[in-house]
Amino acid sequence: MLKVENLKVRYGMIEAIKGISFEVRDGEIVTLIGANGAGKTTTMHAISGLIKAAEGSISLDGKELTKIPAHKIVGLGLAQVPEGRRVFAQQTVEENLILGAYLRRDQGAIAKDIEDVYQTFPRLGERRTQLAGTLSGGEQQMLAMGRALMAKPSILLLDEPSMGLSPLLVSEIFQIIEEINKKGTTILLVEQNAKRALSIADRAYVLETGRITLDGTGEGLARDERVRKAYLGG
Amino acid sequence: MRFLSNLINGLGLGSVYAIIALGYTMVYGIAKMLNFAHGDVIMIGAYVAFFALTRFAVPLPLGILAAVVCCTVLGVVIERLAYKPLRQASSLAVLITAIGVSYFLQNGAQLLWSASPKMFPSIISSGAIELGGLSISYLTLITIATCIVVMVCLTLFINRTRTGSAMRACSEDKGASMLMGINVNQIISITFAIGSGLAAIASVLLCANYPTVTPTLGSMPGIKAFTAAVFGGIGSIPGALLGGLLLGIIEILSKAYISTQLSDVIVFGVLIIVLLVKPAGLLGKNIREKV
Repeated sequence: MLKVENLKVRYGMIEAIKGISFEVRDGEIVTLIGANGAGKTTTMHAISGLIKAAEGSISLDGKELTKIPAHKIVGLGLAQVPEGRRVFAQQTVEENLILGAYLRRDQGAIAKDIEDVYQTFPRLGERRTQLAGTLSGGEQQMLAMGRALMAKPSILLLDEPSMGLSPLLVSEIFQIIEEINKKGTTILLVEQNAKRALSIADRAYVLETGRITLDGTGEGLARDERVRKAYLGG
Repeated sequence: MRFLSNLINGLGLGSVYAIIALGYTMVYGIAKMLNFAHGDVIMIGAYVAFFALTRFAVPLPLGILAAVVCCTVLGVVIERLAYKPLRQASSLAVLITAIGVSYFLQNGAQLLWSASPKMFPSIISSGAIELGGLSISYLTLITIATCIVVMVCLTLFINRTRTGSAMRACSEDKGASMLMGINVNQIISITFAIGSGLAAIASVLLCANYPTVTPTLGSMPGIKAFTAAVFGGIGSIPGALLGGLLLGIIEILSKAYISTQLSDVIVFGVLIIVLLVKPAGLLGKNIREKV
């Protein structure tokens, strides 16, 4: 479904991504784990078109994404929940969700999907007229996820959904990610919380300073000695 | 009674400032740049309206329409040619470019139409409404009414339409807006179009009040309206209205009660004091974000 080949991204003279290749197949949960500064968010931005790829290819169902402007990529069925949530703080919860469906014209179905989001995240339903900036971190994460789902993506990119959340909330968020996947949405998950990410992932890649150094099944990597030492605390 | 009549005249002048300030504040809110050529777009609007009304003798609504259309196109073209290539450049480069565009328009106008002033035809009858000893000219009433209509339409547009909601999203976070599928470049174009269209409306109101058309006609109102936008809190639409109205009132009251020569000093003095106390302007955004 999503295929990244020999991707390189540069910031000025610095090469942040040094030629990585990976793929996400239909229906999978794939995770990209790695430390701060490994290039996880850069990779996500490159896929969504927020940063230009210097070299290499990113394709979605065979369609080359690197030549397509960022605002057209979501229309192809790829939505992203960005790092730090980035909800529109001065718009209400409901307005944020409507913006998630910006490219859709099926008003009736949009209204129904908003109700579906409220069903998945009841806390958002209670706060539908509240400004997004007044929500707690966990609620903002849910809103960012709900907003991305409003685009009806076939693949959902999640960048550090657990960042800054309490362990209880992290469990809730990961449970919801699995539910979203079960309903048929392919997931690419970027996480620093390697343990959690590996526990729900079908397959995983380890990213280290712009290179993929390991890959395997979620379970396999969770047992791997090198991964345990570096990312799972021994 | 004299005070009241001065106050209403202040509201009239302030309404013009407010309409111009909307252009500054919207462009700042979305493109995060100060479009110093905005005042000169007003000047172009004034010339277009002048030629339409005199040389081509079209009826007033058509003259206004011609000015609005020309300014809207001009605003979009300026953005495309001068500012869009600098989207990734430093804000200083954009600012200098805007000043360059301003000189370009002023000197272009001088080349085309000469520096000698042209008399704008009187377009609104000079009568007045008498209200219990208070006399308000039609022109002032129409100016204030126009400002109200513009504000209501704009507020509805920003808050109730899909494009308006995309504009608000872009003003908060362009990257996240792109992830929603919003074409940010198109939104910026629309913003320049609206701001410049409003500048055209302001140009006609301005010329109806001060009927001399010159290539530098837009500079002073431009700077005043920019001040109004900063005064109210740049990026905020209600702020532009409040700042514009207050600026107009302060200017007229200082002219009436203190000194005509010092009125601009007082206006800018008040701005400095407000910014010392509230650096973001009167209605400037002070967002607290939970993390």
